[in-house]
Amino acid sequence: MNTLTRTIEHTEQHGPAEGLSRWFFTTNHKDIGTLYLWFSFAMFLTGGCMALMIRAELFQPGLQLIEPGFFNQMTTMHGLIMVFGAVMPAFVGLANWMLPLMVGAPDMALPRMNNWSFWILPFAFAMMLSTLFMEGGGPNFGWTFYAPLSTTYAPPSVTFFIFAVHMMGISSIMGAINVVVTILNMRAPGMTMMKLPLFVWTWLITAFLLIAVMPVLAGVVTMMLMDIHFGTSFFNAAGGGDPVLFQHVFWFFGHPEVYIMILPAFGIVSEIIPTFARKRLFGYASMVYATASIAFLSFIVWAHHMFTVGIPLMGELFFMFATMLIAVPTGVKVFNWVATMFRGSMTFETPMLFALAFVVLFTIGGFSGLMLAIAPADFQYHDTYFVVAHFHYVLVPGAVFAIMAGVYYWLPKWTGHYYNETLGKVHFWISFIGVNLTFFPMHFIGLAGMPRRIPDYALQFADFNMVASVGAFIFGFSQLIFLVLVIKTIRGGDRAPAQVWEHPQGLEWTLPSPAPYHSFVEPPEVK
Amino acid sequence: MRVAAQFLLLALASGASPAYADWQLNMPRGVTEISHAVFDLHMIIFWICVAIAVVVFGVMFWSIFHHRKSRGARAENFHENTLVEVIWTLVPFVILIGMAVPATATLVKMYDSSDAEVDIQVTGYQWKWRYQYLGEDIDFFSSLTTPREQINNEAPKDENYLLEVDNPLVIPAGKKVRFLVTAADVIHSWWVPAFAVKKDAIPGFINEAWTNVPEPGIYRGQCAELCGKDHGFMPIVVEVKPQAEYDQWLVDTRAAQAATAAAASQVLSMDELMAKGEQVYNTACAACHQTNGQGLGSVFPALKGSKIALGDIEAHIDIVVNGKAGTAMQAFKDQLSAVDLAAVITWERNAWGNNVGDKVDPATIQKLKEGTE
Repeated sequence: MNTLTRTIEHTEQHGPAEGLSRWFFTTNHKDIGTLYLWFSFAMFLTGGCMALMIRAELFQPGLQLIEPGFFNQMTTMHGLIMVFGAVMPAFVGLANWMLPLMVGAPDMALPRMNNWSFWILPFAFAMMLSTLFMEGGGPNFGWTFYAPLSTTYAPPSVTFFIFAVHMMGISSIMGAINVVVTILNMRAPGMTMMKLPLFVWTWLITAFLLIAVMPVLAGVVTMMLMDIHFGTSFFNAAGGGDPVLFQHVFWFFGHPEVYIMILPAFGIVSEIIPTFARKRLFGYASMVYATASIAFLSFIVWAHHMFTVGIPLMGELFFMFATMLIAVPTGVKVFNWVATMFRGSMTFETPMLFALAFVVLFTIGGFSGLMLAIAPADFQYHDTYFVVAHFHYVLVPGAVFAIMAGVYYWLPKWTGHYYNETLGKVHFWISFIGVNLTFFPMHFIGLAGMPRRIPDYALQFADFNMVASVGAFIFGFSQLIFLVLVIKTIRGGDRAPAQVWEHPQGLEWTLPSPAPYHSFVEPPEVK
Repeated sequence: MRVAAQFLLLALASGASPAYADWQLNMPRGVTEISHAVFDLHMIIFWICVAIAVVVFGVMFWSIFHHRKSRGARAENFHENTLVEVIWTLVPFVILIGMAVPATATLVKMYDSSDAEVDIQVTGYQWKWRYQYLGEDIDFFSSLTTPREQINNEAPKDENYLLEVDNPLVIPAGKKVRFLVTAADVIHSWWVPAFAVKKDAIPGFINEAWTNVPEPGIYRGQCAELCGKDHGFMPIVVEVKPQAEYDQWLVDTRAAQAATAAAASQVLSMDELMAKGEQVYNTACAACHQTNGQGLGSVFPALKGSKIALGDIEAHIDIVVNGKAGTAMQAFKDQLSAVDLAAVITWERNAWGNNVGDKVDPATIQKLKEGTE
């Protein structure tokens, strides 16, 4: 007992290392979480600049600023960076920071692997970005990289792209294993599975999705590599291969992937709404089951991305029905959030504003998703700006707003300071206006018939494209307010107490703010 | 903004707007029975979404307004209710079944391409379409005609900017026409919104689609699958003609194609070849090799001063006629006539300061074309 106490005292005094080596060699979940979040924000701005280049070119019909070939590189890189560089690492960052605090663990279960899974990422993205400066340019075949455009007809830099995707995959799989092991093995005594906070539950399910599908992505890029360099013909029709096989394998990864980017967002919103409605989350158990059902369904709907490739009628019907079914558990979640607000006592601090905007705008994205599920109608929507509007609604005011809500919600816990509420609200409202101005008109230009991924368009699409471009610049530049706000909060501000908000639920609020470098050295008791 | 968005949504719902008006909000209703069915499905599911939105957002905003702390609201304690939860699981399920029934019926109709009276093979190329009328001995390519000056903002843009081609697809009105869709290089997608036909063109696959257009007219669409640099520049134009005019068009087109083939035996002067060559170059080659012959990076090499354009004429003819495997350079033997090929190769050898001085005769090309077939 004596030795044990001494060890605990020793660890408690042990602070972060000095200088840069703190960040390179750290195995501390809070440091690694911080690294992930900053990396993600840097990628968010990088991918955002590419989006602005796209929107600047599309401001008016005609080619003004960039060549069609470079335009394709921008759409491709924008998609890849936002998916793999901004949204996914942001959720991993939040998981690193919050999961141990929420389950009452001292750290993540596999801290050295944690360090490695982060430090792979900057190299992977440096390699991917470097392709833009290579002979023949960077990847220009869309973030979905359909073969044979991405194999036989790809620029030479595609090999670097494949290697970068492999590295991102390794990083994600290690991160996911860490999450699963932490949640299953390191819960505080009394923290049963059905007492886990929803952010923990959604991340547990997300982690299983990641472990299931990232190897599939690795498989498909390896098949590309073989086709390009080793004379195989997986996707080359001239050699007896099958270009549609690529799409099946890609979307078997790709559809669960989109839920990987939204399930943790559900978790964050399910933490925030009860706090600011001052009322327990409605339907906790059904939330857990709905998340699990969505995860299961995500494996049997992939071909709804491929309604126009000519799959047989029976296949088309199966994937249409399965896709429509997703609306049921997703609806349950939205109803539960609304029922949580109903007869609550609501206040509207910045995290709550982002969470409410999430509920409304994610639901609009869900509606357009339901429309896209109707296969005959999808023949008109497919590969138009309607699809672009749909997935940006679920990803930007969906996933990204949830991430921002989470950052505002936990920032006082991380830094020990309250952020500037006025500045936060300004950031919210400008983002809200910008995001809708950008993506709502895309529904209209899509329905009117504008294909996606084109650098120039017919004259009847001009008006709404101009509106969307103006919105994009408003949204893009408003994120600098967020940057300023976060830096100001790190440097100072009103001291936050342990609870931060009025009666929030969860173990993280039992720790002082800022949370000590090593927390829960002795496990807390959960009743 | 939400209010504005909601308002726009309502405006969108106020029915089909005339095709291609500015600030167009909704999908055009199209001109075929199938496109009307698709449009109806689109409107039904849209209204279902609007109804659900009104209920859900209604309750949400009512709560936001009334159950706020600043109005003295006190939180209640309830946090589950099995009956309510079962109801809001089952009701959406029933709505979805109601939606699935008409969707399935329409899909079954769309998949029935049997008993077509005209069969046309549609092949996607980087970045043009090829139409082959099966059993009619008609075969031609269809490329964008919008001038480069308009795209580069050096001239005012026409009404059909980016939606105009040299040879439109011609089909008869009131007949079931079947399209056999495939591709020669990468995946494309053949889409005409007014027919509600969108089918991916995939190398090695032949996909079937069909339409039956009651009214003559001109209908425009675009490639809908990213297919490389000029994906945005390969439109589709379909001219629907009454049966009699269509029959006449078949006769005229066959005659014109025969005349082009016969022209292969003629001998043209250097000036004639150069004049024609420039024209052909600008439609068939300039998208990649550029009007000034300087190319675009390593994927689309320069022709000005290039080893091939200045070197052995046989090698030059071979690469243009048969293409170069594994690169973006296509085989042009099916795309261009013998005269056009002879002219364009002559042009490439003698333009932009390339001063080889030799010329190619159409007959040489014709021999090559016949030899390879």
